[in-house]
Amino acid sequence: MSKVHVQTTINGDQVEFLCVPQQTMLEALRDVLGKLGTKEGCGTGDCGACTIMLDGRLVCSCLMLAAEAEGQELTTIEGIAGPDGLHVLQRKFLEHAALQCGICTPGFIVAAKALLDRNPNPDEGAIRYWLAGNLCRCTGYDKIVRAVQDAAKELAYQA
Amino acid sequence: MAEAVDLRVVGTTPVRPDGVDKVTGRAQFGADLNMPNMLHGRILRSPHAHARIKRVDLSKALAMQGVYAAVSGADFPMLASGEVSGEAGGDLADIARNVMARDKALYHGHAVAAVAATSLEVAEQALDAIEVDYEVLPPVLDVLEAMAADATLLDEQCFTKGLSETPDKPSNIAAMVKLARGDLEAGFAAADVVVEGEYRIPMAHQGYIEPHACTATVNEEGKATVWCCTQGHFDFRTMTAHILGCKIADLKFIASEIGGGFGGKTVVYLEPVAVMLSKKAGRPVKLVMTREEVFRATGPTSGSVVRVKVGARKDGRITAAKAWLAYEAGGLAGAPVGPGVMSIFAPYDLDNFLVEGYEVLVNKPKVAAYRAPGAPQSMHAMEVALDDIARQLDMDPLDLRLRNAADEGTQAPYGPKFPPIGFKACIEAAKKHPNYLAQVPEGAGRGVAAGFWFNIGMQSSAEVRINEDGSVVVMEGNPDIGGSRASMCLMAAETLGVPYEQVKTYVGDTESTGYCMVTGGSRTTFATGMAVVRACEDIIAECKARAAATWGVDKDQVEWQDGTAVPAPGVNADVNPLSLADLAASASATGGPILGKASLNAQGAGASFSINFADLKVDKETGAVEVLSYTAIQDAGKAIHPAYVEGQMQGGAAQGIGWALNEEYIYDQDGVMENAGFLDYRMPVASDLPMIDTEIVEVPNPSHPYGVRGVGETPIVAPLGVAANAVRDAIGIRINDLPMSPPRILAALDAA
Ligand code: FES
Ligand code: FES
Repeated sequence: MSKVHVQTTINGDQVEFLCVPQQTMLEALRDVLGKLGTKEGCGTGDCGACTIMLDGRLVCSCLMLAAEAEGQELTTIEGIAGPDGLHVLQRKFLEHAALQCGICTPGFIVAAKALLDRNPNPDEGAIRYWLAGNLCRCTGYDKIVRAVQDAAKELAYQA
Repeated sequence: MAEAVDLRVVGTTPVRPDGVDKVTGRAQFGADLNMPNMLHGRILRSPHAHARIKRVDLSKALAMQGVYAAVSGADFPMLASGEVSGEAGGDLADIARNVMARDKALYHGHAVAAVAATSLEVAEQALDAIEVDYEVLPPVLDVLEAMAADATLLDEQCFTKGLSETPDKPSNIAAMVKLARGDLEAGFAAADVVVEGEYRIPMAHQGYIEPHACTATVNEEGKATVWCCTQGHFDFRTMTAHILGCKIADLKFIASEIGGGFGGKTVVYLEPVAVMLSKKAGRPVKLVMTREEVFRATGPTSGSVVRVKVGARKDGRITAAKAWLAYEAGGLAGAPVGPGVMSIFAPYDLDNFLVEGYEVLVNKPKVAAYRAPGAPQSMHAMEVALDDIARQLDMDPLDLRLRNAADEGTQAPYGPKFPPIGFKACIEAAKKHPNYLAQVPEGAGRGVAAGFWFNIGMQSSAEVRINEDGSVVVMEGNPDIGGSRASMCLMAAETLGVPYEQVKTYVGDTESTGYCMVTGGSRTTFATGMAVVRACEDIIAECKARAAATWGVDKDQVEWQDGTAVPAPGVNADVNPLSLADLAASASATGGPILGKASLNAQGAGASFSINFADLKVDKETGAVEVLSYTAIQDAGKAIHPAYVEGQMQGGAAQGIGWALNEEYIYDQDGVMENAGFLDYRMPVASDLPMIDTEIVEVPNPSHPYGVRGVGETPIVAPLGVAANAVRDAIGIRINDLPMSPPRILAALDAA
């Protein structure tokens, strides 16, 4: 089967890769590009562990074909921390003990960043509904919601 | 418990040492290791819930381009029975047969064969080329039908264990467990009220987000290295060695970071298969389960039928209690009916009781440990019965429990007298809690229930090393599933008298540190923590000896204060105190690098009790339940890192709420699970839950240097009863069975 050539931007880097037509973006990230920070919990769009941003939209990379990345801009967990260190959300997840095992954490942080990019001042309900596509089996969500609330507060203060 | 006063580091909430790697995507989990020249494996699973395997032919698969190995049950040695200890326990022969079916497929999804190929696609095609002849047998799916005398048998060699005489006929009842005390008849005769009920709960899955994964490589000398997500790589090594009939010394296990386990990653599924495939192929082999495989072939916990009868006097004192438990084991023995029997009445001081439990084979996945294995099912029934008694007596449910609460000196139903325990303290804390004092919101209902878990100790090792700059390395062998590296650092820093930041904890592989039993049984902070404290004490003794030699004084003329060696009061030595950094810097002159070590078999884990309560609202149109507030109160003995203890309480509450309201294995009549995915196996999401309020009670455990009790498992126990009792309060109808999903609630409302 002939492979598809894809040119795309991931976390600001120009990236070229080959993939088979039915390969998902999650498989391309993990198996072709070695970006293992994006996790697979289900492969069917139900857990959010594979969450990435595609041109500012939140997508489950397990439901996206790798070939669809052509000409797009992708952000993965590897692109969240900046040159000055951790993103506020990453710091708040640590301070609030918002992870136990940590397998869901990359997906939550990418999803929460997409929320704060669009709504800098979400209330608890907005956070809970926004993150309802991300499963966490360890925390009961309490500390995750608090971490996002606190990050929003700090970002508002900085702005 | 001498040090429990004046703690400086223990009880604070610093960021865990592995934290940054886990928020940046750097941390390596089970599926994150790829090796050069690696093959991809897939497992062929039985399409039948119950079938005799008459023939497996791998030849067509092996002949395919890109296929390097294929195995089936015939490639694995037949094992005699042999127990493995602890919560990961069970019979190794059963675990072996679960890893790869031999003569029979015992559930839909049971592994029958496996292949390794150059890509996943080729491996999938190779599975299609494997020929298996099955003789399909009727599946046995209902636990009560499985117990009937004329039931189809899963195992003709299954003779019920635990009876006074071994039965002469085989059955599906693998084991019976019984506990009794006092005079049941007299007890019920003395009761003013008697309640009874039968409660059914289907199988539920641990639901860890990370599917099982491993990579194995076996070299030409037969030495294997296995990387996997596991709750205990040492026990995985033992199991794999037995199942493959190889030497422990030939296996090295490296624990990856682990994406949740809750008991479900205390047994092997993939590892022996990956080693066998790699050995045959001569190349590394990676095996990763799909989510569907996780549901069909790993976990879950037992479905159950529990019957309870409880009598009490008007003043609330329980006079007698009787229970009957039937737990599904799945296709192979290993149901947690023992702990179910031992825990059902554990929070209460009872004079007269009888409890009998049966472990029953059915054609469903072999159950695995799930957080307080066996306790949620049985204690749900008891906590519901107590709620009914409180209603009949018009008594506050907390007062009823306080009236009967076990305390220090109470003889536990399972034998020993309780040392200091915190059950009464939890009830008292609940009575004073603002959430309990608040009015139940209009239209909502409130439910109360107790939780309990034994906790275990057992074997652990730890080593502590002082680097050249005085920084401290703790090496231990328990996979960190929720912040245990931080807890080890806190205890080490406290014991050594140095700041938290000076200590780093690492989880060693099976060749770089001593044996630690699984991260399970809520044992890690207790038992491995104790080993870390002892290893630090070893360091202190060594440092004192080195300081004494440096100063030319006697060893007992040196004291250890705030991380430094100082001369004892009255010792006439005109010297400067020596810090860890000083001692490390002069180590070459005083005897070489400074090391400490400890190994132990920890006893006295200390039971952990809880009280939970919640306000729930039922939508009478849809049958949906909304959790308005949830409060969890639990005795932690001593919270080493309180935020991580709260996290255990909140996470366990969420799992218990999910189990009570939505989660269940749904089967068709052929024994095929109909909801093997996260869309239809509905675990709680963020919008399903409120904040979960916690209160940590601290009644120190005298057996631990800082008073620790295990905290990880108790949190899942109470929520089942809490939800059942709150729904009862909200709609005025008692729903005996779980989950109380919308259709079940609507049916109950319609029937009323
Ligand atoms: S892996 Fe993509 S949503 Fe679960
Ligand atoms: S921290 Fe384990 S799944 Fe979220």
